[in-house]
Amino acid sequence: MKHRLLGAVAAAALVIGLAATAQAKTLVYCSEGSPEGFDPAPFTAGTTFDASGQAVYSRLVEFENGTTKTIPGLAESWEVSDDGLEYTFKLRSGVKFHTTEYFTPTRDFNADDVIFSFERQWKKDHAWYQYTPGIAWEYFDGMSMPDLLKEIVKVDDMTVKFVLNRPEAPMVANLAMDFASIVSKEYADQLDAAGQKEMLNQQPVGTGPFQFVAYQKDAVIRYQANPSYFRGKQPIDDLIFAITTDASVRQQKLKAGECHITAYPNPADLDDLRADPNLQMMEQEGLNVGYLAYNAKQAPFDNPKVRKALNMAINKDAILEAVFQGAGQPAKNPIPPTMWSYNDKVMDDPYNPGAAKNMLDEVGVKGLKMKIWAMPVQRPYNPNARRMAELIQADFAAIGVEAEIVSYEWGEYLELSKAEDRDGAVLLGWTGDNGDPDNFLAVLLGCDAVGGANRAQWCNEEFDGLIQKAKVTSDVAERTKLYEEAQVVFKRESPWATIAHSVVFMPMSKKVSGYKMSPLGVHRFDGVDISE
Amino acid sequence: MLRFLFIRLWLLIPTFFGVTIAAFGFIRLLPGDPVLLMAGERGTTPERYEQLMQQFGYDRPIWEQYLDFLGGVLSGDLGNSLVTKKPVFTEFLTLFPATLELSVCAILFAAALGIPAGIVAATRRGSWLDQSIMGTALIGYSMPIFWWGLLLIIFFSGMLQWTPVSGRVSLMFFFPPVTGFMLLDSIISGQKGAFTSALSHLILPTIVLGTIPLAVIARQTRSAMLEVLGEDYVRTARAKGLTPLRVVGLHALRNALIPVVTTIGLLVGTLLGGAILTETIFSWPGIGKWMVESISRRDYPSVQGGLLLIAVVVMVVNLVVDLLYGLINPRIRVS
Repeated sequence: MKHRLLGAVAAAALVIGLAATAQAKTLVYCSEGSPEGFDPAPFTAGTTFDASGQAVYSRLVEFENGTTKTIPGLAESWEVSDDGLEYTFKLRSGVKFHTTEYFTPTRDFNADDVIFSFERQWKKDHAWYQYTPGIAWEYFDGMSMPDLLKEIVKVDDMTVKFVLNRPEAPMVANLAMDFASIVSKEYADQLDAAGQKEMLNQQPVGTGPFQFVAYQKDAVIRYQANPSYFRGKQPIDDLIFAITTDASVRQQKLKAGECHITAYPNPADLDDLRADPNLQMMEQEGLNVGYLAYNAKQAPFDNPKVRKALNMAINKDAILEAVFQGAGQPAKNPIPPTMWSYNDKVMDDPYNPGAAKNMLDEVGVKGLKMKIWAMPVQRPYNPNARRMAELIQADFAAIGVEAEIVSYEWGEYLELSKAEDRDGAVLLGWTGDNGDPDNFLAVLLGCDAVGGANRAQWCNEEFDGLIQKAKVTSDVAERTKLYEEAQVVFKRESPWATIAHSVVFMPMSKKVSGYKMSPLGVHRFDGVDISE
Repeated sequence: MLRFLFIRLWLLIPTFFGVTIAAFGFIRLLPGDPVLLMAGERGTTPERYEQLMQQFGYDRPIWEQYLDFLGGVLSGDLGNSLVTKKPVFTEFLTLFPATLELSVCAILFAAALGIPAGIVAATRRGSWLDQSIMGTALIGYSMPIFWWGLLLIIFFSGMLQWTPVSGRVSLMFFFPPVTGFMLLDSIISGQKGAFTSALSHLILPTIVLGTIPLAVIARQTRSAMLEVLGEDYVRTARAKGLTPLRVVGLHALRNALIPVVTTIGLLVGTLLGGAILTETIFSWPGIGKWMVESISRRDYPSVQGGLLLIAVVVMVVNLVVDLLYGLINPRIRVS
């Protein structure tokens, strides 16, 4: 009898124990690398944003999950002045910062946190501007925020006004980027008082869907769901990033059930992953473009007809098959199809070597010799630049153009390719930051960017006029029209051969539901659930 | 013995300075610089570039930068990582136990299999057993680590599901690192099953990292053994009627092991080199993986500091081996 009783007690304990285990839902994400830190503002890598900005923090405005549409975040509403110079944000009340082992907030989120989050990146005399040695605010500077911002005013505890030096239509989209994540001023003050400022980058405190628990360098990051998240607690209880740098190993881990979801599979492994009955595969066009930029300042590439003829010689389908192995789609515009204002009416230059050759003859270009620059690194918009360059080389040879392939170390490549007197056409690409067309068209093709990110060294007054006008116009329909028109000019002038937009794949267990792929390329787990 | 130790220590000083120059120079010989790589496709303005180079101190003459580095090294400050902004020494200390744990397991595995295999091959010289052992050792020695690791993962973790794919312990166990050695920490944590999990995670990386040392040790043991087995005293022992086991195990092995010990010491460098690939395959958070990342990002302080610390480890191990060697074989001390 005694044994039976003990047995029953043990069984009951086991059931309770199992139930408790079953209740704690843990999602394991096999991530591709280690975050540089947990303060999203000083960094530029997507891997860091996944682990910090997306998981731990929130912003005044945020991208709707799965889209590039901006929605209210920590600001419940905002108004833009008629002259486009003042953005007034009404803050959401009752938002709590994370309560962790290392910090217990005594107040809710307010305007002080917003001002602190931006001024630390902006004002060189701010006590947090250099809070850890060698820190730099790459995105804040890169998005020209220091030039753009005149002042940030605390109207009252729950209202903040951003005053700009010039109208900037993408301003709201900029504020949805990771660098604009809101950090707790109270936590920063606590760290400052303890002489531990650097901990802001190691033990983050935000208002996001997950709160930080622990990080074992290069191995595991642990989070738990934020019980007071302003959009409600997440369906999962724990989130784990298992850092697994090798794509083949991530594939094996997913198949073995050691993680539920992973990113960046090898294109060659896609069929194997699709064939696994326990897995599902999501895919989305990436917010990127891979291109070949001619140097429009150097003869004969200063002639649009020469550029067009070369474009017509490139067999994009062959490139998509050989280089992207199906994980890409041909590009005809400089912005990806998922972006608003994409002009689908633009006709791509047809692949027609015969006509291309005739066009070159027509403008008197014979025996053309040129260089093609092949990137030394893999990028989503170009997984194998060398191979791509070889295919283009063969295509050009077919119309009598002799191309030589050159390459440099990546840092040097980026630097040398900026030169206005650069010899040759450059393979490169771009991944969008904020879903705004300005982030592609002005950054990569604007007259201001010649000698910089405008690798085509192409400055066209008509095109530049359109994008500059769009930049200061706040009406989206009006902007759309301007950008559509700009794409027509772009195609006519052909400063680039637009090659491809990559397709991004996310393999995951069939137990995972609610995951939405972000066109911006980040990985976010709010709203994700997992079944037992 | 003290004099021997003193000479060895004295020799370490120029080696150490040589290593600081090599570690400092190596990363700077590679084209590209950290600021350009940090900026990526986004690029940076010339003014901003200058500003950052100045902030990091890379605009100064190279000798000044070196003296700065050397001064830091001598005062125990290796600088901060450009990527994580954390002190390089802290980063190294966090990651080194993982590499050390794996390397020790790999060397134990290699010695435990390699020495017996070498002995068997030597005592059965010319037989099919000898040829198969040496043939296998040759294959093991020539095996590309990356390919070998993936093969083992696909077979044992994927198909048979006997071992975990990667990592150091199952994610269901969560305990703060105390020693940094997962086997010890899992015991200290007191969590049931944690030790077994840590052990199972070590199996494949140990085999992969230990394969080349295993092959080297087997070949070295075989040749040392063959040499010793031909010595007069072994013939005498045999003539005295000792069993083959005693002749080989007691008389021959002790002397044959002297060069094997040296080989094992020298293998530490190979192990740290092999750890770079093994750690990448098995997501093992050690210094090998850290170095690869740091080199690709041109994180100067991490690379120069990391290389220096690795070199110091190798130097210390070699010193210990030298001393052990001196103990085992007194003739070495004299020379």
